[in-house]
Amino acid sequence: MIEFQDVAHDYGGGALFEGVTIALEPGSFHFLTGPSGAGKSTFLKLCYGELLPSRGTVTLQGTSLRQMSRDALAEMRNSIGVVHQDCQFLDHLDIRSNVALPLSTTGRAVSDRDVDDLLNWVGLRAQADALPPTLSGGERQRAALARAVIAAPRVLLADEPTGNLDWEMSQRLLSLMVELNRMGTAVLIATHDMNLIRTAKSQVAARVLRIAGRKLQSAGSDL
Amino acid sequence: MSAISDQIVPRSGHGAWLVWLGAAAMAYLAVFALALSISAERLADNWTAALAQSATVRISAPPAELDAQTNATLEVLRTTPGIDEARVMSAQEQADLLAVWLGPDLPLDALPLPRMLEVFETAEGPDRQGLRLRLSAEAPSAIYDDHTQWRRPLIDAASRLRALSMLALALIGGVTGAIIALAASAALASNAQVIRVLRLVGARDRFIAHAFVRRMTRRAALGATIGTALGMLSVLGLPSLGPDATNGLGFQGLSWIAPLAVPVLAALVAWAAAMATAFAVLRGVT
Repeated sequence: MIEFQDVAHDYGGGALFEGVTIALEPGSFHFLTGPSGAGKSTFLKLCYGELLPSRGTVTLQGTSLRQMSRDALAEMRNSIGVVHQDCQFLDHLDIRSNVALPLSTTGRAVSDRDVDDLLNWVGLRAQADALPPTLSGGERQRAALARAVIAAPRVLLADEPTGNLDWEMSQRLLSLMVELNRMGTAVLIATHDMNLIRTAKSQVAARVLRIAGRKLQSAGSDL
Repeated sequence: MSAISDQIVPRSGHGAWLVWLGAAAMAYLAVFALALSISAERLADNWTAALAQSATVRISAPPAELDAQTNATLEVLRTTPGIDEARVMSAQEQADLLAVWLGPDLPLDALPLPRMLEVFETAEGPDRQGLRLRLSAEAPSAIYDDHTQWRRPLIDAASRLRALSMLALALIGGVTGAIIALAASAALASNAQVIRVLRLVGARDRFIAHAFVRRMTRRAALGATIGTALGMLSVLGLPSLGPDATNGLGFQGLSWIAPLAVPVLAALVAWAAAMATAFAVLRGVT
């Protein structure tokens, strides 16, 4: 689904990481850890084509990022749900419209009921008509997750999705991601939250990756 | 999809006023340039029509030969194909012509004036070279003048005026396009977050561009409509030149329809300029 072949990415004159070869298969569940600045967010951006690798090849659904047209990349992104660390929204539209964007901007039908159900699941039903700037950090993360999953993506990429959430809400969102994974969605979560990883590993066969010393390593079963 | 496409670009921003006012001002000027162009064309047509099928014959013969040469000239003209009518101008008509230059109290009797004949040609016209040869044989003092030396500079002047007004229209179109491109560029730059989010959720460039372009086009069309209406009212309010108003600046009859094309053209220019700008900007966004 997403393949890295001997990928390196340079940043500020030096290599952030190099020699990365990995495949995110359909239905897989990965966590990505590593110290701050190691390149976790960059790795995620390479996964959905916001960045191009300095060297090597990133392949999405069998097509190299470098050979992909802008339209093809847009279509690809519609099947990849992304939760950013900074959770950007269209601030002049309410949360309901923002969550529906992956459907409405690609001409697909939007069911208000489905959107409300999803908002209810992430605990934002009451904020459906609110504007994004009025939401707290945690609420924005939940709204971003709702937006990422509404189009039933084949891949879900999340960058610190529970960073601003309490433990109960973190568990709730993790359950949602595990549920999606059981339905075949490949999930990759970049996080520092070891408790989250341990909890997830008790529910799903998750693999833990770690970026350290410019290399992507498998963290094994010690977590 | 068009419903959300209309909403995804925030409505605020100074670019809206720039587009609206710029289009209105350019449309206002375009109406005047168009009026000038149409008037120049009408003027050229009028001058051509007024002078094309008329000529004069001037006979500057000694008094003893004047009548004989006049009759000979009339006979030649009467038998020349392409001449519809020819007549001797009266002394009063000659006085009226000269009064413009020499005043109304002209002592015609005291001046050795040539005799003037007014000639009306058919649409095909005569063989002027042959006619002049025959006149030189039958009435050596008769000079046939078909006004060519007057007509050509007048028509050239009118044609140049028309070309200049068309150039003005082209410049107005170019400036309108530049204003729209500038406003579109500013709108896209100030909505970088909107574009990033839309690209993130899988929106295609065409969808994003249309969202911006549609709004620019609407604003330009609205501004141009108002500018055109004001321009037409201003042209309508220009002072009349009296009964012979056909040579004045402005629209007449069906030509009043012409300025109605200005808002449509403004919208087309806006659409093209905004679309080109939007795609150029979007190519720089991953």
